[in-house]
Amino acid sequence: MFKYFEPSKIFSITSRAPKYVLFLFIIILSIGLTEALILSPEDYKQSHSVRIMYVHVPAAWISLGIFSVITILSIVGYIFKLRNFFLIAKSLAPSGLVFNIIALVTGSIWGKPTWGTWWAWDARITSMLILALFYLMYVLAWRIFEDNDKVFKVTSIVTILGIINVPIIKYSVDWWNTLHQPASINILSKSSIDISMLFPLLTMTAAFALFSLLIFLMKYNTELIKIKNKGLDRL
Amino acid sequence: MIESLFFMNGYGQYVWLAFSFTLVSFLTLFLIIKTQYNKEKNKFIAKFGSLNSEKAAFARSQSINKDILSNTSSI
Repeated sequence: MFKYFEPSKIFSITSRAPKYVLFLFIIILSIGLTEALILSPEDYKQSHSVRIMYVHVPAAWISLGIFSVITILSIVGYIFKLRNFFLIAKSLAPSGLVFNIIALVTGSIWGKPTWGTWWAWDARITSMLILALFYLMYVLAWRIFEDNDKVFKVTSIVTILGIINVPIIKYSVDWWNTLHQPASINILSKSSIDISMLFPLLTMTAAFALFSLLIFLMKYNTELIKIKNKGLDRL
Repeated sequence: MIESLFFMNGYGQYVWLAFSFTLVSFLTLFLIIKTQYNKEKNKFIAKFGSLNSEKAAFARSQSINKDILSNTSSI
């Protein structure tokens, strides 16, 4: 099964895909922004400040999702010695880190009108900050270590340690008394969010997912060309 | 309507700041990754151009190299 992930097999797809993904991203983002800023209703408690949710929540979801995928790829890549899995994980990291930063900053901006403060050492916010530090460690490890075996080992350790934090982020609002509100959307039970707000939220999530796919494809192609550059040196 | 969209009952500054930060972050990340991509691709083209005909023919036999050299791999 792993042979389908060989760079020589997928480069012809990954090199052509970005322009189509970019086109789709612009369309979905335009629809999402129209819904989020104009069409969706204001909240009866938070008024218009609730609109920050449409960038804050998708960014948080995607940064958590990307870190989980990076961890799985690193573990499987390390066990089966699949170098391309590490390359895919490395290419996912920049968008994961940026989405994490967006979640922290937009959360802070949302905190000012709703809690009266830009920052609180609340369990959810602090655990998201810790995730950002793990992302930073992961990205820095790729820059610091040049030896492949060493960087594969270090990045795998960073992701395994970091993944412990992911359920803590998810359940922090249930386990502790936090300023942060509990989850409004549940896959297994009834969500407390109205459809008029859920639709723009899901549209923005789709737009953000497409953006992370776009960045991943561009970064992955860059990494492959970098490897091919080294190959030309050896000819 | 425009005024209401801009001020949003006094919350406009927070909403627009959050959306602006997000879009600026997107644009910055996109430009950084695109610059890295163009740099590596130009480096590859320059290296490929300096190869002798025998080595160039061998390099061209690999499908990835052919894809990199073609225009389809650019955004």
